Amino acid sequence: MATNAISAAPNAMRPNVLSICFKETKYEFLKNLRLPMYSVSTIVFPVMFYVLFGLIMGRQNIGNISTTTYLIAAYGTFGVMGASLFGTAAGLASERGFGWLQVKKATPMPPFAYFLAKVVMSMIFSAADVVLLLILGTLFGGVHLAPIVTAKLLLTLVVGALPFCAMGLAIGYFAGPTSAPAFINVFYLPMSFCSGLWIPFMFLPKFVQKIAIILPPYHLSQLALQQVGAGNGGSARSHWEALAGFAMICLGIAWAGHQRDQKANG
Amino acid sequence: MATVQAFPATVPIGQQLAARLEQVSKNYGAVHALKNFSMDVRAGELTAVLGPNGAGKTTAIRLLLGLARPTSGRVSVFGGDPTLLTTHLRIGAMLQVGRVPESLKVHEHIDLFSSYYAAPLPMEQTLGIAGIENLRDRKFGDLSGGQKQRVLFALAICGNPDLLFLDEPTVGLDVEARHLLWDEIRQLLGLGKTVVLTTHYLEEADALADRVVVINKGSMIAQGTPEQIKARTAGKKIRCLTRLTATAVRDLAGVVDVQEDRGAMVIHTSRAEDVLRELLSRDMEVSGIEVAGAGLEDAFLALTQDKVNAGGNHGN
Repeated sequence: MATNAISAAPNAMRPNVLSICFKETKYEFLKNLRLPMYSVSTIVFPVMFYVLFGLIMGRQNIGNISTTTYLIAAYGTFGVMGASLFGTAAGLASERGFGWLQVKKATPMPPFAYFLAKVVMSMIFSAADVVLLLILGTLFGGVHLAPIVTAKLLLTLVVGALPFCAMGLAIGYFAGPTSAPAFINVFYLPMSFCSGLWIPFMFLPKFVQKIAIILPPYHLSQLALQQVGAGNGGSARSHWEALAGFAMICLGIAWAGHQRDQKANG
Repeated sequence: MATVQAFPATVPIGQQLAARLEQVSKNYGAVHALKNFSMDVRAGELTAVLGPNGAGKTTAIRLLLGLARPTSGRVSVFGGDPTLLTTHLRIGAMLQVGRVPESLKVHEHIDLFSSYYAAPLPMEQTLGIAGIENLRDRKFGDLSGGQKQRVLFALAICGNPDLLFLDEPTVGLDVEARHLLWDEIRQLLGLGKTVVLTTHYLEEADALADRVVVINKGSMIAQGTPEQIKARTAGKKIRCLTRLTATAVRDLAGVVDVQEDRGAMVIHTSRAEDVLRELLSRDMEVSGIEVAGAGLEDAFLALTQDKVNAGGNHGN
């Protein structure tokens, strides 16, 4: 059998996996960029909140830093979470549900390229979100961050997209083809609020603060705030561990969904 | 044809098998999608899998693509496992899909799918074979139903596969669009490709296929060349009372099949008038003659139902 395939030139050569991953990501990016529901809402909401509550209303300091600096970390986390959840779950749920994933599985595409593309695309939009907030803050909000701090903040938030991509995959494997956005919002909005992304953590009611520490966006926002010198305490390591644990649980759920699909289809 | 040199036949000529289902059964829970189904796909030919909706056609394709595993039996493609990457590199598939990412342009979809294969066709050639050069820069979501089908066809062929699976490629198309796609499929056959096509139109199988496999409720009920299938389905049925023996009638020119039914004789024929003339001349007392004609589709339905009812009602 194997010899058969090898003798059957020219198709016996292998395609270039790197080039597949690159194109898969490029078109995943273009596809979402052209969907206003994704590109506009993931960029516009964090920016709009930042302009309203940071640039227009935020005249005081929060703790030892300016509100405009604090909110870059908070709305940055909010933006990263939205870009990642919608970037993975919505596409996966619809492509699974409408049979497009089966069309792709019938090709020689390596399956990991499909998922990698969604994750990288989500990270690109996450980075765009944070960069926009940084630019707005620096130009209009009096934010002064050293280049190294800026770089570390950006890197933290972009890497922090990963656990939310994992969560998006878990949702994408269980949501119906058109119900994913509703499904996502059920988690996204309450989690954002309770983690102190909209109202700074110290102004949250005490019982909400207690909930916050079990929520992943809280941990990512703390990591981001630590970069600008405004964390609540708690080691960076413990926050990363919490995020990693959360990501593992989500990947486990996604795997279960994948197995369920395999059983139903094949 | 200018495309011949650039789009060479890669399948060896002859009666080699490109793919095979052997005694395959496939259950989805309590549903028996395929029951002990066998099918050979010969290299360089178009094999049509013909059957009504829900007959098991798509299941057969999914097994051959490695998207589903058989409950029992054996599936092989190019003599090997259909789930292997080396197998997938040599096949292309046009499946029924509810929704395709709509914001990508036609050439972008093709560029992406081409990258999955080691030796894809050049973009212009893919566009040319599928007849969609003018749609190149259009977004998928802006296309009509027929145009979308042609783009899906382009995605199936862009990798220059040896073996092509087309699952109901013309469903929902108007006559003109259907005939265009037929021409494109014929072009591929002319280049030595192997094609497996499912359809519920007998006319389509007749127009394109070298061999037809008729399937209903998960079981094969007939197979042969389109002529053989048509002779069994497209002709007429003469029912009569005669003293002639079944063997004698079977030898008459134009008779395809003869069955006894409650004392009467049922003759399947492609040339009803000739057979009637012969009958009347050989048996002056022949009586109770009924001739039932049928359109292609009606006759096909009759064929699929005959097996179920085990030769039941042949009257008008």
